[in-house]
Amino acid sequence: MLLSLVTFLPAIGAVALLLLRGDDAAAQRNAKWIAFATTVITFVASLFILARFDSTNPGFQLVEEREWLLGLNYKLGVDGISVLFVMLTTFLMPLTIASAWNVTTRTKEYMVAFLLLETLMIGVFVALDLILFYLFFEGGLIPMFLIIGIWGGANRIYAAFKFFLYTFLGSVFMLVAMVVMFQQAGTTDIPTLIGYDFASTPIQILNITVLGGLQTLLFLGFFLSFAVKMPMWPVHTWLPDAHVQAPTAGSVVLAAILLKMGGYGFLRFSLPMFPVGAEVMQPVVLWMSAIAIVYASLVALVQTDMKKLVAYSSVAHMGFVTMGILAANQQGVDGAIFQMLSHGFISAALFLIVGVIYDRMHTREISAYGGLINRMPAYAAVFLLFTMGNVGLPGTSGFVGEFLTLAGTFQVNTWVAAVACTGVILSAGYALWLYRRVTLGELVKDSLRGITDMTGREKVIFAPLVAMTILLGVYPALVTDIVGPSVEAMLGPVQEAQAGFGPETQVAQAEEGAGE
Amino acid sequence: MNGDIDVIRPEVYLALYSLLALLGAAFTVKDRATPILIWLTAAVLALMAWWIGTKDGLDIAFSGSFVDDGFARFAKVTILLSAAVVLLLSSDYLHRANILRFEYPILVSLSALGMMVMVSAGDLMVLYMGLELQALAAYVLTSIRRDSVRSTEAGLKFFVLGALSSGLLLYGASLTYGYAGTTAFAGIIAATADGASLGLLFGLVFIVAGIAFKISAAPFHMWTPDVYEGAPTPITAFLATASKVAAIALLARIVFGAFGMVAGDWQQIVAFLSVISMYLGSIAAIGQRDIKRLMAYSSISHMGFALMGLASATEFGVQAMLIYMAIYVVMNLGTFAFILSMERNGQPVTDIRMLNMFSRTEPLKALALLVLLFSLAGVPPMIGFFGKLYVLRAAYEGDLVWLALAGMIASVISAFFYLRIVYFMYFGEEREALDGRMPGVHWVVLMGSAAMMVLGVINLFGIEGVAAAAAATLVQ
Repeated sequence: MLLSLVTFLPAIGAVALLLLRGDDAAAQRNAKWIAFATTVITFVASLFILARFDSTNPGFQLVEEREWLLGLNYKLGVDGISVLFVMLTTFLMPLTIASAWNVTTRTKEYMVAFLLLETLMIGVFVALDLILFYLFFEGGLIPMFLIIGIWGGANRIYAAFKFFLYTFLGSVFMLVAMVVMFQQAGTTDIPTLIGYDFASTPIQILNITVLGGLQTLLFLGFFLSFAVKMPMWPVHTWLPDAHVQAPTAGSVVLAAILLKMGGYGFLRFSLPMFPVGAEVMQPVVLWMSAIAIVYASLVALVQTDMKKLVAYSSVAHMGFVTMGILAANQQGVDGAIFQMLSHGFISAALFLIVGVIYDRMHTREISAYGGLINRMPAYAAVFLLFTMGNVGLPGTSGFVGEFLTLAGTFQVNTWVAAVACTGVILSAGYALWLYRRVTLGELVKDSLRGITDMTGREKVIFAPLVAMTILLGVYPALVTDIVGPSVEAMLGPVQEAQAGFGPETQVAQAEEGAGE
Repeated sequence: MNGDIDVIRPEVYLALYSLLALLGAAFTVKDRATPILIWLTAAVLALMAWWIGTKDGLDIAFSGSFVDDGFARFAKVTILLSAAVVLLLSSDYLHRANILRFEYPILVSLSALGMMVMVSAGDLMVLYMGLELQALAAYVLTSIRRDSVRSTEAGLKFFVLGALSSGLLLYGASLTYGYAGTTAFAGIIAATADGASLGLLFGLVFIVAGIAFKISAAPFHMWTPDVYEGAPTPITAFLATASKVAAIALLARIVFGAFGMVAGDWQQIVAFLSVISMYLGSIAAIGQRDIKRLMAYSSISHMGFALMGLASATEFGVQAMLIYMAIYVVMNLGTFAFILSMERNGQPVTDIRMLNMFSRTEPLKALALLVLLFSLAGVPPMIGFFGKLYVLRAAYEGDLVWLALAGMIASVISAFFYLRIVYFMYFGEEREALDGRMPGVHWVVLMGSAAMMVLGVINLFGIEGVAAAAAATLVQ
């Protein structure tokens, strides 16, 4: 019951909000407080999940199962991989709501959209049924579409449509792959499917031999969806648009949680269910990640819009995640999960940092700022910390994830790792340069003379993020202890299956099949 | 003989009711009886649906020319209930358009009667009889606004093209009769036990083409947008719901009941109709500004998806099709309840740009329409998604992976125009708003169907099992 409760608590809050009448200042304030209280209660409830979670047990825990329609099951559960994503979501949502405190247009609907989004996001991480997962995964598009479209910036319509259609197109291929899995394995139960051995003998399609056979095709189906969601180069183009146009709170949720769904999907489906497919696709995905890291970092260097810069830096950081996952070893996967969690805190903070000055000056142009440290010392300090986190300075959480994924990748493909390493330097380039242009130097612009430092509310929002970034930076075992056993249990069969796969034997098999 | 009459009692009673109502109204108060007749007919139809829904078992009457099985009953209940809801939605519209004619409810009930005969047909003659009764009533209903050029034009187009399609169907039926030596489905299936002769294949093609007209599957869809646009809006809703269910159930009945042995032959035709309809409907709808035309193209694309289930030629495929149609009908009734109340300064409007910022003036109604639109687009967690999931599975089961993939891409294209309505309602610029007026019945239908879209995710209201049983009786 606990997982259902945590999942649907925000939805209950959303329904309560819908029943709220009126649109005056009092109603708006009530709406904000109800939303905030709901997310805080959800967070508190989710702490019980963490408390009851046994990190030595690599299996699924707190499982709930009920019959649903079409032979599907309503099945929820968490393991070491997913539990921290649930925590990340519930932890960030109160901060997101608090950061939206100044929204005055259609406040109630705004809060409803975020609460529904929270239910759908938690659902993604706890669902243990394929179709149930898809339901939550896709359902999240609706509130996000509205958040970008209603409360976004000037070019919000284009961004909202692009966001929706791009992700929708990616996901339908996943749906087809899911239907194939359903028919092949006769079940949509995720734990069963992880143990199921999908056919990996090569098959011929239009005279092209597909190594890894069905597994590769299914991997590709899921890959299309998750790669768009992550987003990976070259299907990342929706992200900068969506981020720039979304309101601050929307950007925070998008970067900190929604992007993680792609990485989580790789860990939950692509790798354990199609190990051979992953092996076949490994070089491609690793190189795509390396290109993403370098390319996105270079693009970030030339951005003039702060949000766009942070968005491209997200693309680069997600490149480390896909790289670590596809390396398919303990360091790589641990690092990928760590990187996702750390990026959840750091990117959320960076978008909030942009939001703080956007609220004051209503522009995100880097050139409109300069010398903010003179008027906003507290702001400059927070900004500095998260810039360092973004760069991956040891002592912040950003370092651990990047280091682990690189260490994991080195064992698999040295060239990819070498190229990806340059991304670390480039990230220092764009992040520090952004920091210098915005905060350092003399305050020469007249428009900035009256700018005020962070308010108490803003400081309170940043405090937990600062704490988590440093805590995970100096004591990463906090995460790896929970994640480790589950990852180990997942990787065992994966490496076994991949060891049994040899491209040469597959080619020989295919030629034999063609000769018959 | 008595047993035979017993089987068709619902049809007999409905016919008697219609004729008595016609006579009664014609000889007494005429049009002044219309409001009462509308409610009365709706009640009769709903009662009939309840009665048919509680029956079970398999009854065959008149030496197999009339079949009352689970499949027919599933279709009949859907048809009768949607006809009843359409009647309830009409009352306000007729009143305001000043066409409160007493023939209206009677024609609707006669058309529903024709549909009931269609879905129970076990013989080509009975099939044709039902089809024509349904169609003739629908032609008149379409042009019931005699003083409106568009309504009469729509009626004429509908009639001419409908007659053409009936001709195609009859031609196919006569070929089938010539080569099979019988018009009974049981006889045809026996004649095709070891493959169909060329003549029978021609017959099959013409029959399917004729019915495809009624389903408005592309490439036989040309009448749909014009008729939808010109017909009085409640009749558009009627054509989009009840008559679609009847026609597609009829198609399922004939391809399985009469040509079940040569599934490979019609499977490719149906798959072709399906893929063309999905793409044509989705792409053509993008350019539409008129919401009734948009719904016409949307229904063409939805028929493509329903046909995807049928194309699999499996029992599961029929179940998928039935569930798809049931969900489709609910979504469409809700949407049309909304379209009927689109008015500005007391005048009905159909331009989707009029919905600009509708969500600000009417947040609740806008939310309900939003749910329906996302459901029509097949976005989870609305149950429109489950319809798509069912047909997708059916297509895969029928070894039509290419069709499943093509359908999913089409569903992304179709998401665009549904999203565009959402865009007008939620993101548009501030403009003169629509009138807030909405009759109580419409409000209930709109909210009810929107709530069903969301709550259905729990167990689809149990129609899954019923549809499975219905499909099992059709596909042996």
